[in-house]
Amino acid sequence: MAVLSFVEVSEGKIKKASVEAAYYGSKTAEALGTDSVAVVLGEANAEELATLGQVGVKKVLHAADAKLNHFDSRAYTKAVAAAADAAGADVVVLSFNNNGKLLAPRLSVKLKAGYVPGAVELPQFNGGSASVKKNVFSGKASATFTVATGKKVISVNPNSLSPVRGGGSATVETFNAALTDADFNVVVKGVDKVVGEIPLTEAELVVSGGRGLKGPENWHLVTDLAKELGAATACSRAVADVDWRPHHEHVGQTGLTVRPNLYIAVGISGAIQHLAGVNGSKVIVVVNTDPEAPFFKAADYGIVGDAFEVMPKVLEEYRKFKAAH
Amino acid sequence: MKILVPIAKVPDTTSKIGFTDGNTKFSTDGVTFIMNPTDEWYALVRACELKEKQGGEVVVIHVGGADAEQIIRKALAIGADRAVRVDADPTDAYFVAAQIAEHAKSENYDLIITGKETIDYNSFQVGGMVAELLDLPCVALVQKLEIENGVATMKREIEGGTETVEVKLPLVVCAQKELAEARIPNMKGIMGARSKPLAVVAANGAEKLTAVSTYSLPEKAKEVKLIDKDNVAELIRLLHEEAKVI
Repeated sequence: MAVLSFVEVSEGKIKKASVEAAYYGSKTAEALGTDSVAVVLGEANAEELATLGQVGVKKVLHAADAKLNHFDSRAYTKAVAAAADAAGADVVVLSFNNNGKLLAPRLSVKLKAGYVPGAVELPQFNGGSASVKKNVFSGKASATFTVATGKKVISVNPNSLSPVRGGGSATVETFNAALTDADFNVVVKGVDKVVGEIPLTEAELVVSGGRGLKGPENWHLVTDLAKELGAATACSRAVADVDWRPHHEHVGQTGLTVRPNLYIAVGISGAIQHLAGVNGSKVIVVVNTDPEAPFFKAADYGIVGDAFEVMPKVLEEYRKFKAAH
Repeated sequence: MKILVPIAKVPDTTSKIGFTDGNTKFSTDGVTFIMNPTDEWYALVRACELKEKQGGEVVVIHVGGADAEQIIRKALAIGADRAVRVDADPTDAYFVAAQIAEHAKSENYDLIITGKETIDYNSFQVGGMVAELLDLPCVALVQKLEIENGVATMKREIEGGTETVEVKLPLVVCAQKELAEARIPNMKGIMGARSKPLAVVAANGAEKLTAVSTYSLPEKAKEVKLIDKDNVAELIRLLHEEAKVI
């Protein structure tokens, strides 16, 4: 028996969301009295992989095949299923991130395993069945799913738990996923990454702006603070629709879902469609001139005031704080 | 080109969410149901655009009860040619995917395209499961899709950017924002939809792999702490000392 977590490496570093998945896997293994094993596909530095030991992973199965450097859901499903088999895993844990969202349901079918997507808490075991809590209705409610199948697949909502790092080091073993050319279908033609910016869905801090900022020329009110905080920037749909900001910054029902530790919303009224994309944030700060803005009902902290007046002060006070700490 | 579009029925975004039977069932009281937005706005519309340009057929499939007819007719009004409804309660994603896969096996589709997660369970399961059941390639979070000579060129979202990929058909695609512009059905479409074929078929006996045991609502509405706009230092202090996020 074991718990297997699927870990992704991007630009030489283990993705933050994958560290969370590995930690979730280790905690689940601990509850079941079994070992935490991770699988990594594609070329990666063994020293980096060994750091998974800090979140409780005992062993890393590493399939260092260059063909696995790019995500191909069909090939990856076969490889992770083979790793689950090799590790004797009953539970497979992934992140509910871009790749995990597709890989996990495929694995569920492949392993005939009940699957709970986007878990927000560790599973509770009762005999052979597991109960796992997830958010539903865009964060307006939660549901506890019961999985009674012998094998189980769980994906973890990013930023739902904070991994506690210890001092361990994982052993890294070469793993042969036994794939053939026929298992690969996806040809990658190009990657277009916004350089120098923090990926929004991986960010712990987000500063977001809406129509209240009146025009793209005023975005320094958002970006200056974001830069100082080391935060990612986001925007409302209205702003992306009029091209004040790029579409990949749009957060909400039809855009991205973010779950940072801190979401600062500036000049966004907080329509229900926008809230659906930010409901999972740990702490929400709202700055808005309108005290009746619906966003205040979803906020932890609020300032009723003009962003043009308030934001420079926030920046100044944060700089003072940073200098003192 | 023959395209299958699985569509789901979900509560409208503005619905009040509540539960009955000791928090074990979703309360449909006063809830308006709509087609899942990413299924409608992106998957279905892009499928119709591809068909209109290159010829072929768009079939929509829905797993659910008779009360979904309005949603299915809307899909036909937007441009689908015919519809299939599998008459069963869609309580488990694997069960739903198994129904769709069984239908797909009986007809040779070049492309199956559905929206990303539904706005009720936010689970993102059906597209990937259908692909695995049919042993097909699948690309998710697709923002751009062009098809030429049996090869799909797609742009998909990755953390912090996009990736352009090519995959030979047949293929399963999970669509998201930017793939197409939402369409409002016109009068001709609405009239035409009434006479388009809607086949109702019985479900196969696929098992259910999961069940919801209980639902819960957030414990209480958040109480916002208002800070005076002339005392911004207090906000920074609270974020550091109380919320511990900076």
